[in-house]
Amino acid sequence: MKRLSGFYLLSFSILVLPQLFPDNYYITVVGVFAALHIILVTGLNLLMGYCGQISLGHASFFGLGAYSSGILTTRYDFDPWLAMLSGMAIVFVIASLIARPVLKLKGHYLAMATLGFGIIVHILLVQTESLTGGPDGLGEIPMLSIAGWLIDTDIRWYYVSAVSALIAILLSLNIIDSRSGRAIRAVHGSEFAAQMMGIDTQKTKVNIFVYAAVLASFAGSLFAHQQNFISPDSFSFFFSIELVTMVVLGGMASTYGAVFGALLLTFLPEFLIVFEDYEMLIYGAIMMLIMIFMPQGLFKGLGEKIKQIALKLNRQIREQS
Amino acid sequence: MALLKVEHLEKSFGGVAAISDLSFELPEGIVFSVIGPNGAGKTTLFNMLCGFYTPDQGRIYLQTDRQHPLHQMATHNIAACGVSRSFQNLQIFFNMTALENVMVGCHLQSQSSFIASLLRFPSVLKEEQQVHQQALQALQFCHLEHLANERAESLAYGDLKRLEIARALASKPHLLMLDEPAAGLNDTETQQMSQLIRHICAAGITVLLVEHNMDLVMSSSDQILVLNFGCLLASGTPEQIQNNPAVIQAYLGGDI
Repeated sequence: MKRLSGFYLLSFSILVLPQLFPDNYYITVVGVFAALHIILVTGLNLLMGYCGQISLGHASFFGLGAYSSGILTTRYDFDPWLAMLSGMAIVFVIASLIARPVLKLKGHYLAMATLGFGIIVHILLVQTESLTGGPDGLGEIPMLSIAGWLIDTDIRWYYVSAVSALIAILLSLNIIDSRSGRAIRAVHGSEFAAQMMGIDTQKTKVNIFVYAAVLASFAGSLFAHQQNFISPDSFSFFFSIELVTMVVLGGMASTYGAVFGALLLTFLPEFLIVFEDYEMLIYGAIMMLIMIFMPQGLFKGLGEKIKQIALKLNRQIREQS
Repeated sequence: MALLKVEHLEKSFGGVAAISDLSFELPEGIVFSVIGPNGAGKTTLFNMLCGFYTPDQGRIYLQTDRQHPLHQMATHNIAACGVSRSFQNLQIFFNMTALENVMVGCHLQSQSSFIASLLRFPSVLKEEQQVHQQALQALQFCHLEHLANERAESLAYGDLKRLEIARALASKPHLLMLDEPAAGLNDTETQQMSQLIRHICAAGITVLLVEHNMDLVMSSSDQILVLNFGCLLASGTPEQIQNNPAVIQAYLGGDI
């Protein structure tokens, strides 16, 4: 019960918010993107924050999922759900194949290899015009429906994506506190010692890489059906970097930290729009300041600050009385 | 019966022979020490025994219920045969608590799969409790139970040394290799370490010890093997080694 108390609180607030503020643009429109980002970063955080492996090509799996759904439903008349599952299966195979050689690399070399993979996927999406529609994108992707209930309004999409995000968070919390989760963290702590404890470190890394990739594919499929139109620009190198930034800013090796990072980087640009031309300038400055003053990430950093302030107040009250 | 058999082991690094033609047998149920001056090849030997280095030549066999050719196996498979170790330079998982470190040691004692853990099946919860208990027992054995829920990074150096041993013990090994467990410890801590090693041996685990602290080696070992420049120099009981002229020469230098 205690382990998941934070999760219940989060679920409650996420599900109640649209009731309190109906038809709020930030909740029902931006909220959907935030939820998709949360699905993506919970996977990436397991790989980066907990397992200590970097991926600069995570957007490619998001893209492969989105295009699998898009292509299979528009060109081959697949049922959207079947297309989504097929996309996840395709990504499972691709991720398993590339994970084995790539995850033998460490540090900068791993970063370069995953970066290369991301660029290859992006180029393929642009170049295979007959299949993907090329740079013009792919349109008329059908809507999703659950047992006849068509997901066609903002609020419905909010609930579908929010519940998906909550499930992703729950799975992530589950895995961390388990035999596999400890193996993942042990790989980060000391690979040699992990092997000496009988952990197949290569298999552990591949498992978590593939899991994160399949999760990204699922988010990609949701994205494709929600947008009804996709183009390669959404799955470029820059989006991979943005995902990494969410994990790092929010706080590595903390599921809630990554969720916090995803929320922050989704909503911040929306609020900074008022600064018009200076928007990106301020955005960048905020990121730098967070990293300088809270290198452990916003989530833990703010938590410690709040604790300090509470302690100080407590002491002052005691001194006065 | 010999638990470990090493036959004609060789390993060199760029022309420098770290171990040359080394053969020995390690009897079961004793504390067996490997000593020698710096650069004698002790750590190289350890690293070959646990699969971190592949020997250039020679064979290593572990004899438990059947014979395992360790020289052909990957580290995690060697661990599965019942070999565990501590490290000279600490290899603690600093991103976890002390208890979680030891729970990683129980990896081989449990089998919940990735998918089962993800969905947290009831069987996972049950196993999790067992692992928790086992880890606590290993911590108690090394007198660390009061630090169970502390972050590993906040533990003192001497405690970390014992935490490594607790973690290795949690994997229920047949053979426990300790690489300089007393390095950096004070006299009291060294004495406690010596007692701990005897306790481990009394629990039926064969101990292979590499150590520079001669008090610890002489007080806790049943048998000693002396290496010098990668070759076997002498082997025998602590008394025999202490009175062996070749050993004295290797350590002190000069004529006898």
